[in-house]
Amino acid sequence: MAVVYQKSKGLTDKELHYCPGCNHGIVHKLVAESLEELGLLDDAIGVCPVGCSVFAYNYFSCDMQEAAHGRAPAVATGIKRTHPTQPVFTYQGDGDLASIGAAEIVHAAMRGEKFTTIFINNAIYGMTGGQMAPTTLIGQKATTCPLGRTKEQAGMPIRVSELLSTLDGCVYAERVCVTDIPNLNKAKKAIKKAFQLQMEGKGFTFVEVLSTCPTNWGMTPLKSIEWLKENMIPYYPLGVIKDTSAEVN
Amino acid sequence: MEKELWKGNEAIAEAAIRAGCDCFFGYPITPQSEVPEYLSLHMPQHGKTFVQAESEVAAINMVYGAAGSGMRAMTSSSSPGVSLKQEGITYLAGAELPAVIVNCMRGGPGLGTIQPAQGDYFQATRGGGNGDYRTVVLAPSNIQEAVDFVQEAFDIADQYRNPVVVLADGLIGQMMEPIEWHDVPKRKLPAKDWATTGRKGRDHHNIINSLYIDPNECDDFNAHLAKKYQLIKENEVRWDTKDTDDAELLITAYGTPARIVLTALEQLRAAGVKAGLFRPISLWPFPEKPLHDLAGQSHIKAILDVEMSIDGQMIDDVRLGVEGQKPISYLGHAGGVIPTVDEMVEAGKKALKEAE
Repeated sequence: MAVVYQKSKGLTDKELHYCPGCNHGIVHKLVAESLEELGLLDDAIGVCPVGCSVFAYNYFSCDMQEAAHGRAPAVATGIKRTHPTQPVFTYQGDGDLASIGAAEIVHAAMRGEKFTTIFINNAIYGMTGGQMAPTTLIGQKATTCPLGRTKEQAGMPIRVSELLSTLDGCVYAERVCVTDIPNLNKAKKAIKKAFQLQMEGKGFTFVEVLSTCPTNWGMTPLKSIEWLKENMIPYYPLGVIKDTSAEVN
Repeated sequence: MEKELWKGNEAIAEAAIRAGCDCFFGYPITPQSEVPEYLSLHMPQHGKTFVQAESEVAAINMVYGAAGSGMRAMTSSSSPGVSLKQEGITYLAGAELPAVIVNCMRGGPGLGTIQPAQGDYFQATRGGGNGDYRTVVLAPSNIQEAVDFVQEAFDIADQYRNPVVVLADGLIGQMMEPIEWHDVPKRKLPAKDWATTGRKGRDHHNIINSLYIDPNECDDFNAHLAKKYQLIKENEVRWDTKDTDDAELLITAYGTPARIVLTALEQLRAAGVKAGLFRPISLWPFPEKPLHDLAGQSHIKAILDVEMSIDGQMIDDVRLGVEGQKPISYLGHAGGVIPTVDEMVEAGKKALKEAE
């Protein structure tokens, strides 16, 4: 019988713990497939965050490290600097990366660390139960802004891809989502490109994936997809935010 | 072997290179900045990695990543910076990663002062981060010991898969002394088959992690750590003594004050006071039993603990070791003021008199 589809070798058989409708599973699959298709699985070392994807070390079949909250870019720096020929990636959520780990991601990008960061932006803290993130939208309700986020109280949400794009060391930043097949294909292409550029030694590469959190948004998975399209994409525009890879040797 | 004149911090840095340190991640802070300065030039010359991190927090997490992927990794700092590293140190202990952390202690609390002090004893020996863990703590009293301990610290860390702290102070870091370079005793070290080096054909993936979400698993893991710490207690206790055979006054001190005590002993003996020194070298595991046995000797009448700390921190361990067998007095300064020989002589005489 012809095999038309099979699970990536980049994933283990461990059952995912993610909520129904959560995008983590899809993004895991895309990262795993990208590593496999590029022939990088056997060399790759991944770093997972604290947050919903804290158990990602059980799901990716390559060697994995679990970092302290927000510190994945520093941990990845320690790995990549001592294993310069091997693919290294961090997989981080928005609380981890954009809040407590803001210094680590900015400086890793500034130094042009040659690893890839997959950044899951779902505009909320998932694992701890729906608190406001730096990416939470104005008016969006969360358990620590029950009346909705206000600019006066919490400032405007942070656009991490744009922020990192101001740094020379960051050679590639793209924002994608996985709400439908065309977007999913674009996301896969972006992740693959980021790993390719990393292996060419170009510099820091970054893929931001807008993601749903039906559980903490208090919506059905389908409604979540609509909400993401209507609310997140206007504030966090999709597409290549920066690509200077052609200019870098 | 010829003696060479070295500044403490630079000697510590050179010792790391000689110990086969693969990578150093640091951040500037007085009085230890010569360590990263020296290594920023010399590590690349040896084909090794040097990164100046954006913070102490990042530096210790770079150590975590490198150590987790099988490298000999080190960071150094001074008191306020070591406070920032505590998160990383508990994660290193929790993930059972070998690493060397040098603390050139200065005065505190808070920003304190840049002069030498010993106020980080509790932080170093009690585990400054969260959870039930221990770090091996070695306290050099001169630059020769500092370089020897740094070299051995890498082996101890690898042997037990545990972070090791070399607890020096600003005086050890900033002074110059003649030293000899010699090999430290070799240990049989386990292979790092747990490291995340990339699978490279391995039939399973390695995971570096300190998360045990199931409480029973977390309990089991803590029991495993406790067993390891027990083994370290059995194997790694170190101390030194001077003139204790007939001593009536026993002075306890470590690091910089201990070297000043040596002069105080001479003056006390010249004045007819039989004084001796008990110097813990491993602060954890603390030499509890040797101190207990010595304090139990009938010729010991009184004990004087001397530290660069206002009320004493090691004195708690001294009390646990002595177990009330003899009276214990204290002499100390904090904030960068170093106890003098005269103060020690006076406090020693007073301690003996009160004991009578």
